Amino acid sequence: MLKRQEALVELDGAGVGRAGRWLVRGVNLSIRKGEILTLIGPNGSGKSTTARMALGVLNPDEGTASRQPGLKVGYVPQKVSIDWTLPLTVERFMRLTGNIGKADVDAAMERTGVSKLRHEEVRSLSGGEFQRVMLARAIARKPDLLVLDEPLQGVDFSGQIVLYELISKLRSELGCGILLISHDLHVVMAATDQVICLNGHVCCHGTPVAVASSPEYRQLFGDRAVPTLAVYEHHHDHVHLPDGRVRHADGTVTESCHPGDGHHHEHGEDGGNKEHGHA
Amino acid sequence: MLDDFFVRALLAGVGVALVAGPLGCFIVWRRLAYFGDTLSHAALLGVAFALLFEVNITLAVFAVAAVVSLLLLALQRRAGLSSDALLGLLAHSSIAIGLVALSFMTWVRVDLISFLFGDILAVSRTDIAVIYGGGIAVLGVLAWIWRPLFAATVNREIAEAEGQNPRQADIVFMVLMATVIAIALKIVGVLLITAMLIIPAATARRMVSGPEQMAVVAGVAAVASVVGGLFASLQWDTPSGPTIVVTAVCLFVASLLVPATFASRRRQGNP
Repeated sequence: MLKRQEALVELDGAGVGRAGRWLVRGVNLSIRKGEILTLIGPNGSGKSTTARMALGVLNPDEGTASRQPGLKVGYVPQKVSIDWTLPLTVERFMRLTGNIGKADVDAAMERTGVSKLRHEEVRSLSGGEFQRVMLARAIARKPDLLVLDEPLQGVDFSGQIVLYELISKLRSELGCGILLISHDLHVVMAATDQVICLNGHVCCHGTPVAVASSPEYRQLFGDRAVPTLAVYEHHHDHVHLPDGRVRHADGTVTESCHPGDGHHHEHGEDGGNKEHGHA
Repeated sequence: MLDDFFVRALLAGVGVALVAGPLGCFIVWRRLAYFGDTLSHAALLGVAFALLFEVNITLAVFAVAAVVSLLLLALQRRAGLSSDALLGLLAHSSIAIGLVALSFMTWVRVDLISFLFGDILAVSRTDIAVIYGGGIAVLGVLAWIWRPLFAATVNREIAEAEGQNPRQADIVFMVLMATVIAIALKIVGVLLITAMLIIPAATARRMVSGPEQMAVVAGVAAVASVVGGLFASLQWDTPSGPTIVVTAVCLFVASLLVPATFASRRRQGNP
């Protein structure tokens, strides 16, 4: 038996109530090094609240939340609005909560594809660019725990695939635990170790396969969500290049990837997953 | 050299300006302009207490401003009212209490005007020592909490999640504000302290791309306003506090004429 690793963060029967109603309650979860835990669930199901309890930004009104002492966190919140009056370049933003070395800043920005933006003012970024910068900032800290709340909203589709790939690589590279919240079910299910499906309480949890086949999951997301799992079981015939272009099985390279481009063979949906190769 | 009232005024004014510039940046970034006003109104209550209990005016103003700002933090957490309503409540109740208290003290004849508009030409050597002692302390502490305070200004949740302790930074910032109000009272007066905090920071905004840079430029703009204002008031025999503020406004207007360099440099940075 492997020695059971100590959890980076642990919630035990945790819940938060506001104005006489529970936002979420009875959440048990623990994240260890090198592990990706994904929270899924409909709007208002308590995903962000759970993440904020795990971070210690919110204190649970019942149950407990514990973190390893001295835990270094990288956080990408769901909604960030930066006051446009702030003079803030991307480069300064990268060092917001810690003095990070230039090499680490460069590497993180390179990986999320925002190196060109380093001298821009944050307020001039587009939504997708800003999310990439947020992700870069969180990784550059080399955190023990990465908490990503809808990290890729507004990022273009091919970018999402590359970045989810990056996120799943990070756990082994940084040896960090990752708490991920996402609506992109088909992508998320492919790259995660544990899934917790929330709907005001823990509706079901387990491996992606176990969760996707559970009746609670079907009930919550409908039958249409079930085939998403098939995505990472089918065969892939194209490769996403780092610059966003796509190389197909017949060797041609196109700007993007869609079923009607004549290069795809018959399969359900395209989407990112573990088997996507990268040049 | 310190025997000359004008030199003392210059020294005192420059001392206050060096502190007001950087701290004023946070007032602008955090949208706390009205908070500055509230504290300066509270300063008048401090003056009343000082006269009533015969204690040092600077100390009394500091104490009252600190209490009012911590009271604001406490009231904000109870979250029943919006910040601007709370600030109005604190500002006007403290100025009213101050005026009522002053009216009871029939034995003191107070020159209210000097508190409202400052009396920089009557600065003593002790005042200068207080300004520089307090000012150096404020700048030192500000440098110490700079990262957490700025991080909390940009995004409180990120700052808190990543261990920056924004609550502590808030409290320290409130105390710094109270200190600046106390030491600036004699220079520009209750009515114009907020101007010294906000106008130089606003002037700096268009010329910079980073927060640290903005703090330095705001400090320079504040010093220029004080020096320019004092010479102008000597030249045209105008009241010095208001003349300093008018000079600051002139600098601000001039800054509007500077083309917004960083906005137009978008997409032309390093390839």
